[in-house]
Amino acid sequence: MSDCTRDEWMAIAAARLLHDRCVCFVGIGLPSAACNLARLTHAPEIVLIYESGTIGTRPEVLPLSIGDGELAETAACVIPLPEVFSYYLQAGRVDIGFLGAAQIDRHGNLNSTVIGPYEAPTTRLPGAGGAPEIALHAKQVFVMLKASKRSFVEQLDFHSSAGYLEGYGARARSGAPGGGPRAVITDFGMLAPHPQSEELQLVALFADATVDEARAAVGWPLQVADRLDTIATPSAHELDTLRALNARTREAHARPVHIPL
Amino acid sequence: MMLSLEEAIEQYVVDGASVALEGFTHLIPFAAGHEIIRQRRRDLHLIRMTPDLVYDQMIGMGCARKLTFSWGGNPGVGSLYRLRDAAEQQWPHRLELDEHSHAGMAAAFCAGAARLPFGILRGYVGTDLPAHNPNIRSVSCPFTGETLAAVPAINPDVTILHAQRADLAGNVAIEGIVGAAREAALAAKTLIVTVEEIVDELPRAMNAIVLPYWVVNAVVLCHGGAYPSYAQGHYARDNAFYQNWDAIGRERASFLAWMEQHVLGTRNHGEFLAGLQQEAA
Repeated sequence: MSDCTRDEWMAIAAARLLHDRCVCFVGIGLPSAACNLARLTHAPEIVLIYESGTIGTRPEVLPLSIGDGELAETAACVIPLPEVFSYYLQAGRVDIGFLGAAQIDRHGNLNSTVIGPYEAPTTRLPGAGGAPEIALHAKQVFVMLKASKRSFVEQLDFHSSAGYLEGYGARARSGAPGGGPRAVITDFGMLAPHPQSEELQLVALFADATVDEARAAVGWPLQVADRLDTIATPSAHELDTLRALNARTREAHARPVHIPL
Repeated sequence: MMLSLEEAIEQYVVDGASVALEGFTHLIPFAAGHEIIRQRRRDLHLIRMTPDLVYDQMIGMGCARKLTFSWGGNPGVGSLYRLRDAAEQQWPHRLELDEHSHAGMAAAFCAGAARLPFGILRGYVGTDLPAHNPNIRSVSCPFTGETLAAVPAINPDVTILHAQRADLAGNVAIEGIVGAAREAALAAKTLIVTVEEIVDELPRAMNAIVLPYWVVNAVVLCHGGAYPSYAQGHYARDNAFYQNWDAIGRERASFLAWMEQHVLGTRNHGEFLAGLQQEAA
């Protein structure tokens, strides 16, 4: 499967991290693709929650927004948004939170708010949305983000969501209930926190990626774990399932909508 | 009380008011937002978890002085360029931001609906938001001493929702994704609901979201009032519209030309929709 794109490989690598029946709080974009790929392959009973209040949803096509009708129509139940965050997330009922961001630092802290100073930003980003409390409460967090020196940075412009804060147990001391970012899936492979320093280090590479490529794409001096794994090449079944999902999605989003006159 | 949209906005939305047009991706009251733009309201404090295209348009047209929000993007597409232009370049003028997380803003709406002074949550740990927003503080639990985040209640002067239907008495039913609509409705001093249809009697459903007629100040019949967002059971979200907005909203000139033609250049939502249909044909 050497012809698969890095986007596809990221989605497949992330999907493999999800086990059947786990409760997963899903963000739009690559996380949504990964979670639904897991559901359509090895984890048919995975429980997907989108912050719009759709619980146990099984969309036929990937939603464009976090609240497409598709998510409500295929959900086990639809609940008010305050209940998603208080009765489910804050109550500790979410196993895995899946986040993206504009920037990540070496301890897995995330910025999705601004580039430049907050009061006079050079780029005003959409903001944190559900992420600060997902990062706080989910038992584990997985982050999906393509790597560059602009996204994997020495110093965040703004702290939107907590990873391991300054590392060395700072997160646990802060009282954060959840376990923090256990994996960062990026376009050369995967990073995970060092057990003591909680600094993200390279733990796995895609078969066609190299340590040099990884180091070149990361804005801090990237450490390599004692054991460096190779992420298995996508199987035909994984790749076919993902491509069919993406094709259905493109077709559905291109379908003209009747203007309600 | 049944009103026309023009009458409801004229009567209840005054310059300087705090206004929440709620509906999370679903049932966004676009028609009401456009009517506020047509009536050229100014200095509004706009409140919405996800400003979406409707507030991008209102901000770009100069209606807002302040925005309370928790996620300001074009869902699944990218930026809200008019919101960005206001935050980055103060165009068309400075916009004060009161920025929260979703969980924080949900807690603030819940407190508002309950007429409590503030909402509490386990939140905002390890974030810079409290350093930039004096509306995010902390309290100690009086029983355990635990430090919790606190946000002041949100009580909009006016909340505007869109719903599938109301009955002749003014009871309102909502189906599908409800977001924080119920909380925003009950937190408001005045509640306006635009609806797809008005029926003699709502179907009996013990757990349907119903806002009883006596908490609703005005019901407005407005077919298609959530378009280009959607009304479950009536019409789908026009995802292509959201994708196309990226190019329209990106530059001031293309934005103003579009608003001039489609919103200021139409007398009501029916004409707005007809214009879009004509353009698509």
